[in-house]
Amino acid sequence: MRRFTELFVSIDQTTKTNAKVSAIVNYLANSDDRSALYAIALLIGNRPRRPVKTAALKAWAASAAGIPDWLFETSYHIVGDLAEAIALALPPQAEPGQAFTLPHVVNELANLLTRTDAEKKETITSYWRRLDPDERFVFIKLITGNFRMGVSRQLVIKALAIHLGMDEAAVAHRLMGKWSPATETMASLFSENTLGERDFQPYPFYLAYQLDAPPESLGDIADWYIEKKLDGIRGQLIVRNGRLFVWSRGEDLLTDKFPEFAPLTESLPNGTVIDGEIIPWQDGRPLPFQVMQTRIGRKNLSPKSLSEAPLVMVCYDLLEWNGEDIRAKPMRDRRNLLQRLLSSPTPYPALLLSEIMTFDGWREVADFRQRARESHCEGVMLKRKDSTYGSGRRRGNWWKWKTDPLTADGVLIYAQSGHGRRANLYTDYTFAVWDEEGVLVPFAKAYSGLTDKEIAELDNWIKRHTLERFGPVRSVTPRHVFEIAFEGIGESSRHKSGVALRFPRILRWRRDKSPKDANTKADLLQLIEALR
Amino acid sequence: MMRAVTDNIDKPTATIFVYVLTMLQFTKRGIYCPQADIYIDPWLPVDKAVITHGHSDHARWGMGSYLCHPHTAAILRLRLGAATSIQSLEYAEATTVNGVRISLHPAGHIIGSAQVRLEYGGEVWVVSGDYKLTHDGISVPYEPVRCHTFVTESTFALPIYRFPEPASVLLDVNHWWQQNAAAGFNTVLLAYALGKSQVLLQHLGPANGPVFLHGAVANVNATLAGIGYRFAGEYLAPDIDRMTIKGAVVVAPPSALGSPWLKKLAPYRIALCSGWMQLRGARRRRGVDRGFVLSDHADWNQLNRAVAATGAENVYVTHGYEGPFARWLREEKGLQAHEMHLQGGASELMEDDL
Repeated sequence: MRRFTELFVSIDQTTKTNAKVSAIVNYLANSDDRSALYAIALLIGNRPRRPVKTAALKAWAASAAGIPDWLFETSYHIVGDLAEAIALALPPQAEPGQAFTLPHVVNELANLLTRTDAEKKETITSYWRRLDPDERFVFIKLITGNFRMGVSRQLVIKALAIHLGMDEAAVAHRLMGKWSPATETMASLFSENTLGERDFQPYPFYLAYQLDAPPESLGDIADWYIEKKLDGIRGQLIVRNGRLFVWSRGEDLLTDKFPEFAPLTESLPNGTVIDGEIIPWQDGRPLPFQVMQTRIGRKNLSPKSLSEAPLVMVCYDLLEWNGEDIRAKPMRDRRNLLQRLLSSPTPYPALLLSEIMTFDGWREVADFRQRARESHCEGVMLKRKDSTYGSGRRRGNWWKWKTDPLTADGVLIYAQSGHGRRANLYTDYTFAVWDEEGVLVPFAKAYSGLTDKEIAELDNWIKRHTLERFGPVRSVTPRHVFEIAFEGIGESSRHKSGVALRFPRILRWRRDKSPKDANTKADLLQLIEALR
Repeated sequence: MMRAVTDNIDKPTATIFVYVLTMLQFTKRGIYCPQADIYIDPWLPVDKAVITHGHSDHARWGMGSYLCHPHTAAILRLRLGAATSIQSLEYAEATTVNGVRISLHPAGHIIGSAQVRLEYGGEVWVVSGDYKLTHDGISVPYEPVRCHTFVTESTFALPIYRFPEPASVLLDVNHWWQQNAAAGFNTVLLAYALGKSQVLLQHLGPANGPVFLHGAVANVNATLAGIGYRFAGEYLAPDIDRMTIKGAVVVAPPSALGSPWLKKLAPYRIALCSGWMQLRGARRRRGVDRGFVLSDHADWNQLNRAVAATGAENVYVTHGYEGPFARWLREEKGLQAHEMHLQGGASELMEDDL
């Protein structure tokens, strides 16, 4: 725990990538296998299930600190991070001089899941008494999760590649999926032949950057595959040794959520891995994304929800064929194999082939992109025909070229302070449009899109123009108008404005507009109608 | 609901308020004593001002006359011009204005900083100004003053602000400087030019290497030299040879962060020294390499000790986390505590208190 905490502190104290990597390399070099594996798991976000509820943690922290609950709550909102707030509020270390290993602590926390609340409290508060302030912070982070300590997965991979003398892509692949630091060894995770044992393991996803130059800069259009960019869930479908695994890009194993794919266990050849978009589909076209969200949100899949939101995978790449990793083959070849697979005599109803669109020149592509919503997609994907399947987000061979977002002008009415880097700054905003009765009704929450300078200016203004405070939220004088961009819009009974937006963010601060110039609820409903 | 500030500048606040506040009123110009017709740290021009200390958010331009500690007087002359009309008062020395006995008492915040004690008709009020209880080795240490009503700042009045011992932080600073020098980096320490810079200079081990100053810090030091304070450090002239600052420490105000002035100090590591550095978010937002928790304000424990030591029954909380601290004193300490948002809550802006 001490050494892992020191690793955390040295990573936290620098903004330099190289310094972070060398801190991790240094940690790995001086760790036993078990501690190293636990540390790696935590650094890339594989953490144990959360054993206690936030409310309980807060209550124990307030009582240990000798302060009333409301004061802890206020402090927490100022800090913006629960683990940090607790670590700062707790009284000085009462029982110093004890050392705990990282695997021991993580396992003890995992074991708490089945204990009573009183036992949980006893274990956790006893750690609080025995750990020093930095260790406490890390310890509480282990409980609350979101253990992002300023290192990306890519950075951990880089450090491991140096430590193990391995290729980064190979390390990335070995780290995919769910593996347990309790049962693996460094050898089993990184070097042993894994055939049969790691059937579940997905390949790292290859991601595209948004095209930021004219498409003409990509050269001859004949060198590119052009596909619709669909708005579903990016997924990887694996059939190996008679077993099916469906992974999301966020590395959630979603096999059970998608019974549509279950028959593929029988019908797809073993040793097949397909990359594609999982999306609700009916009558030859995608259903709105909200349909998917409702479906994903359901704990139990009823026949009704299955028929209301039937899913398919629109397949666009083949990564493994007959048990062979074919990512290094040119896309042209992978695409041919995929096409052959999907056009087999016994069709797969849940699998569709992503359509390759043909255009006479980039001008036409630009026109299509402009009107992408009419074709039920959010833009186009551009993939070089001779590209290999890379790992992570890279520039050059794959590009996404999304259509311009929809926009509406809203008035800032509520503000809330942010978290982490933005703690203590009012950075989370709620925007409103006018309803029929001339009342401002909230329609979007957004917390990105402004520059640091604008955030500071707005924060200052908010603090001086607060009307009311509701806990961490303040209502402010309706004065500032912002142009809100979003990717989709649908009706919603849960929101006062009657609409729900997809990926709302601030496009720009409209200093030239006053609240009366903002959009109305009627405008938004009209927009929904127009998009139907 | 009480309102601290009315739109009419000279009219005191709501009636109930005038009744409660016999000695002091919280007006749009500042904290006002009607009996003596003086303002304490006013932010709009008035005839007579008592100034707690020389920081710009407390000592403003344009007052008819100023009353303050002699050391603050020297700072005011630097900032406001030699012609400024200033009357100075040693700690514990008293002056009487229309029956109100006014005296200044050490606040331990920076050189010359004072609490203002006002006594009239047997009633004693103390306005803390900014203060801290820990000793910085430079300013005269804080002294508790018994009173009936205490007006306290609350910059760090939350239990998450319990600062480490300054001595251990200063050791860390020195250690970091040595580490940087060994790794081939210069060290830049950002600290408020008046107050914290001098605390750093007092404690930077001269054996570790050369110490240089940003112009703002050098100016303050020159003024302080006039009242007998000497600090390490040499002004970093614009034409200085890069080789002479190799492995050196440079002390600069926080405003230097992100300015082109920093460029000539490369390669460097940079740290911000402030109580706000207690929070990771505050440090990360500024993109500095290190944040040292070093404050010239009282932390949570010190504020509580200070309030208790005054013996005051009534407490007015200003400048910071007024709401939570007043509620804490009311509900947990049984005091008559009120929050007083001065200047539209501007005190919440942490940039002011770096």
